[in-house]
Amino acid sequence: MNESDRPQLLALAAGLGLVGLLACVSLFVGVSDVTPGRLLDPATREAALETLLWSRLPRTFALMLAGSALSVAGVIMQLLARNRFVEPSMVGTVESAGLGTLLMLLFFPGAAVMAKTLVAAAFALAGTALFFRILRAVPPHAPLLVPLTGIMFGGIIGSVTAYLAYRMNLLQALGAWRNGDFSLVIAGRYELLWLTLGATIAAYVAADRFTIAGLGADMSRNLGLDYGRARALGLAIVAVVTAVVVTTVGSIPFIGLVVPNLVSLAMGDNLRRTLPFVALSGAGLVLACDIAGRLVVAPYEIPVGTVFGVLGSLVFLTLLLRRTGHAG
Amino acid sequence: MRAEAATAGVSRTSPGLVLVVLGLLVAAVATAFMTVGVKGNWEFVLALRGRKLAAIAFVATAIAVSTVIFQTVTANRILTPSIMGFDALYVLMQTAAVFFFGSARISALDPRLAFVLEAGAMVGFSLLLYRWLFLGRRRNLHLLLLVGVVFGLFFRSLTTLFQRIIDPNEFVVLQDRLFASFNAVAPALLAVAAIAIPAACLLAWRMRDRLDVLLLGREQAVNLGLDYRRSVSLVLVVVALLVSVATALVGPLNGMEPVSFFGLLVASLAYAVMPSFRHRHVLPAAALIGILVLVGGQLVLEQWLGFDSAVGIVIEFVGGITFLLMLFRRMAR
Repeated sequence: MNESDRPQLLALAAGLGLVGLLACVSLFVGVSDVTPGRLLDPATREAALETLLWSRLPRTFALMLAGSALSVAGVIMQLLARNRFVEPSMVGTVESAGLGTLLMLLFFPGAAVMAKTLVAAAFALAGTALFFRILRAVPPHAPLLVPLTGIMFGGIIGSVTAYLAYRMNLLQALGAWRNGDFSLVIAGRYELLWLTLGATIAAYVAADRFTIAGLGADMSRNLGLDYGRARALGLAIVAVVTAVVVTTVGSIPFIGLVVPNLVSLAMGDNLRRTLPFVALSGAGLVLACDIAGRLVVAPYEIPVGTVFGVLGSLVFLTLLLRRTGHAG
Repeated sequence: MRAEAATAGVSRTSPGLVLVVLGLLVAAVATAFMTVGVKGNWEFVLALRGRKLAAIAFVATAIAVSTVIFQTVTANRILTPSIMGFDALYVLMQTAAVFFFGSARISALDPRLAFVLEAGAMVGFSLLLYRWLFLGRRRNLHLLLLVGVVFGLFFRSLTTLFQRIIDPNEFVVLQDRLFASFNAVAPALLAVAAIAIPAACLLAWRMRDRLDVLLLGREQAVNLGLDYRRSVSLVLVVVALLVSVATALVGPLNGMEPVSFFGLLVASLAYAVMPSFRHRHVLPAAALIGILVLVGGQLVLEQWLGFDSAVGIVIEFVGGITFLLMLFRRMAR
């Protein structure tokens, strides 16, 4: 450990503290009255504890897991595509996972959740791989073409899914996986999300490889990296995270784009250094948006995906238009 | 240019002939649409289908004309009002009206008056936003496209957010207005469309020669003495008006998907079949093709093959692929 690491460690500790604080707030916000006082009072303890353990704690965990994993998936995708403006919900990954989920719903409605998720992950992987294949046609001097192509590619897959859903009367299930909603998270229905923690840790272990892969195929081979394997690992992480989030709570648009871009503005692109901050900021941001969504229209609530859709698209617009300032 | 190469083969056909053929096709499809599979009370069926046909014709014309003049003024063949978020903006206006004034006050209003207010707000906002986007600092096409798409996503998210905040009882009122379709067009709005769409199209038609000059590009147009900023603003007003009427009539053509490609498809087809670039030819051709695609699509997919409401989704699929191909063609050139 050298001197230059100290400010970073301090920042990391501050970030952890902030996320912990938000998590505590998240535990005590909601329709049913759960407060530390009621937890201590023997008369109300049982009911409050039950709400806490069955509903609030799972929800808070789910928010943090989904937020951090989606942000990490976003940064990995940006390094692999060598483009700052991509993320799973913008290049067809989410739509592909949705198509997989829908097909399972159609043909094997009784399948185990794990099997559904695996199929969704396989679809997400195939869709993302196809997008990367299309990307080869995009010349390097047209970076904005990458997100544009991705959004349209996602739209095409989405129209196939919408058509199938419409024919089979499953249209209602459709909106759900694009609009993350944590109001139905209770113990027993979200545990799959812990898989994303594994994916996040795997991303951290392989962080240096992704940083180098971000320099491009030729450069990374020059530096002795097995580029194909690094890319396969990255895409697998992205696909698993997306599939798990889509099948459990629904994706949160723009989070994978906003968080990595803001972190990289502050501290550059060395993934080993930035990844903990990306994960923490993702968790914190999603927690904050969910708490806001629970408070604004209480006793109803606004799904975090909706809140973040507004916030994220605004940040994205700012990033885009600011960028032209540099280009002149 | 690719379009020139494509039309070279048919250069001897006269534009008038193409228009006549298109007109006959539309007449044939419309007749089939009115008469195919009628059982029972003819009077009832004809009145019902007549309203539907009128709505389709209005919407197709509005989208076709607005797309063509929008593409002219932005000097490319790939930007469309829908891709730039116009229809999303109108839905946001409708939602914001209920959000800020309450459903009671909005539903007490004459639907025609409500429409005029919303369309007015729409024209104002789109002038502000898109004038800034197109007349401000020069931006490259990819940035404009991406910014437009993200604006559309932003408008849509904001709409969803408003809808979530609104009291659920109020939302029911809003939902009725937002989820219109060709099968359930409000007669009062049809009357509004019957005035507004021909009026807007007349405005576009009167600009046809100026639009031809705009096709030469900003510098040339200014050189030839055209008031560029004024023309752009006027076109934006006409586009905003047309999109407002079309969206008020039947809602966003494709439900809640990010982008509708109907305009892109129709305008591309019009330029492909027309042996002329002049707006006096392209504008009517685009409108006729729009009607042909929508009515023909309804006829074939929905009445013959029984795929209810599939037209929008098929248009999105084909249109999305067309868009990507056009995008990459531009790169290859």
